[in-house]
Amino acid sequence: MDVLSYLIPASLFLGGIGLLAFVWAMKTRQFDDPEGDSHRILADDWDDKPKP
Amino acid sequence: MSMATASGCPACAAAPAAQAVAEAARQADDAHILLSVPAIHCAICISTLENGLSAAPDIHSARVNLTLKRVSVEAAPGVTPADLIARVKKLGYEAHELDAGMLSATETDAKGRDLLMRLAVAGFAMMNVMLLSIAVWSGAEAATRDLFHWISAAIALPTIAFSAQPFFRSALSGFRAGRFNMDAPISLAILLAAGTSLYETMQSGEHAYFDAAVALTFFLLIGRYLDHRTRATARSAAQELAALEVPRALKVTEDGDRIAPIAELREGDLVRILPGTRVPADGVIETGESEVDRSLLTGESLPAFAGPGTALATGEVNLTGPLTLRITAAGRNSSLHRLADLVAVAEAGRGRYTSIADRVVKYYAPGVHILAALSWAGWMLYAGDMRQAIGIAVAVLIITCPCALGLSVPAVMTAASGRLFKQGMLIKSGTALERLAEVNTVVFDKTGTLTIGEPQVTNLAGHTRRDLQIAAALAAASSHPLARSLTTALGEAGIKPANVQALREVAGYGVEGRLGDQPVRLGRAAWLGTTPGPASAAWLAIGDEAPREFTFADRLRPGAEDLIAALRDKGLHLMLVSGDADGPVADLAERLGIAEWRAGALPQDKAALVAGLAGEGRKVLMVGDGLNDTAALAGAHVSISPASALDAARTASDIVLLGNSLAPVADALGVAGRAIARIRENIGISNLYNLVAVPLAVVGLCTPLIAALAMSSSSVTVSLNALRLRR
Repeated sequence: MDVLSYLIPASLFLGGIGLLAFVWAMKTRQFDDPEGDSHRILADDWDDKPKP
Repeated sequence: MSMATASGCPACAAAPAAQAVAEAARQADDAHILLSVPAIHCAICISTLENGLSAAPDIHSARVNLTLKRVSVEAAPGVTPADLIARVKKLGYEAHELDAGMLSATETDAKGRDLLMRLAVAGFAMMNVMLLSIAVWSGAEAATRDLFHWISAAIALPTIAFSAQPFFRSALSGFRAGRFNMDAPISLAILLAAGTSLYETMQSGEHAYFDAAVALTFFLLIGRYLDHRTRATARSAAQELAALEVPRALKVTEDGDRIAPIAELREGDLVRILPGTRVPADGVIETGESEVDRSLLTGESLPAFAGPGTALATGEVNLTGPLTLRITAAGRNSSLHRLADLVAVAEAGRGRYTSIADRVVKYYAPGVHILAALSWAGWMLYAGDMRQAIGIAVAVLIITCPCALGLSVPAVMTAASGRLFKQGMLIKSGTALERLAEVNTVVFDKTGTLTIGEPQVTNLAGHTRRDLQIAAALAAASSHPLARSLTTALGEAGIKPANVQALREVAGYGVEGRLGDQPVRLGRAAWLGTTPGPASAAWLAIGDEAPREFTFADRLRPGAEDLIAALRDKGLHLMLVSGDADGPVADLAERLGIAEWRAGALPQDKAALVAGLAGEGRKVLMVGDGLNDTAALAGAHVSISPASALDAARTASDIVLLGNSLAPVADALGVAGRAIARIRENIGISNLYNLVAVPLAVVGLCTPLIAALAMSSSSVTVSLNALRLRR
């Protein structure tokens, strides 16, 4: 059962990273236009160079 | 020079900074314009609009939001929304202006973000607690179980304190107002589950419901978020469609004309009304001759002549010549305000509609609490063990917690309104779909609703090419609706305007000019000395020749014919009510096959008609766009208005049509019917789960595992059932 002493913190830590990633994504407004984003990947406007 | 650059002189170092300052200043001056573009739906639309708009040098950036069907544009200070709407139209899309003042309130959507954050935290906690719970369910014992319970508590309690706040707050405000809303049993279940689990953990007990408490919060937050998003999308777009009313008027004073707020106008004041603007207050014309468009107030399709002595009402549009108006009633006494009072009365008459969910909860919430209390009392009498009795009561509360109920209605509403939004309909009210599903009578307005409200020339073929060329030259000189329509039609027919000189618009009558040495005129029948026919017409006179008639008819709104046919097939009772004259109304009714019609109806007549139908027990759907429809829209069981409608009419109606076509209305009725069926099914499903799990809980056989299973599976079934609507 010693394995628990580091597995549980590890699982919490990994989950926490996921939560932080979500918070970051929301703060940078990546959920404002989910439908538009799913269509934008199909447009080839900036395929050859990144948008300035 | 290059030397100086390389040496990095202070001026050069400062240059980028100065540029940055200039950039910032430019951005501060930028016009930030938000347009609603209902027709965008794909990747091509996005790039067409963004690239097409950004190509112009005065537009700094354009960004499409496909979810909200909007374009937000940063443009040079001189660019106006009307300008942008024209450019978007050139790219092939219809656009409406959104009020930039509301922009900050909706674009950030603080409440939505807040809910989403709580949802994410609850989701994170649920996964971790569930992981530990599964270990407990699969046989962890003694010290290990206690440890897992303690870790669960450490995750669950802060999560509940943060994530479940919306429910606690709503339940609390419900209690303060003496109401028993759905959040009361929810809050109680969450709090009791967390509290007893903590106690059990301290006592090294076997059953802890931390996972249930967190899962409840998570599922219910999903429902809450969906609910919020549906409403936020609708609310923002419907309210932001900028008002047509101008809040200012041009007041004539001793030292010249002055722009004054409408609130400042008093009886007896003189105001100047320029062509193309709205009449700011009721009054009588002192000087000037023109024609006024009364269609928004009365539904008349033809512009009316206005000269000295003609009384004008607030909201009418001056078309051709400048007028000065002596105000007879402003502010509270104006006809517009009387109309507003009429709307208030109609709204009060409609009363509050109780949604299905509310009706169910009214019985459900007390029932659940009584059941839990009874099981507690029963076990106290039977076993006399306080801890066990409370444990069972909590299990009953958790099982019966209206989780599926809280999720079922928002899930269906999101699916249904998402589908209708794709077709260009905004559902403004939460209960609009439920009410729409009950409709058995549909009342239509004519001008601007079933018709576009723009006249179209009908007899182009009956004229010689020379006449058409002269008419084209004359019509181009006027902004009168008939002239504009004629110009468009002739332009499309490829007619080149003749070389007419000395063009002059005679306000209220028409346009005159000279072709060679002949005088030519286009205008009212009476002006040209002929008698008017029954149809709306403009007459063309060339020299001494007999005047020729150009007749006009209002064009049907696209989809109107299909809609009427579809509604008739559904067996609905249809009516046409208009403020227009008998002739045009009868014509339209016959053309569309509407048996019952009424012409010359005043705003109060329309409201009375709708109220009368409601009195007969009919559920009326009112479709209208004008100020004169507003009271009827507010009084009807459910109401729809097109996006071109006046602000007041859109505010009064439950559903706004974003596109030009009426066709989605028939589909909305179908979707509404199916949505209500889904809601009923969902309530049935969640009750079915209760029927199985509640007896187990009452007899004390319910374990946290069973509670988790019942809760998750009912929530998931309900959501999946709602998703079927999207197809």
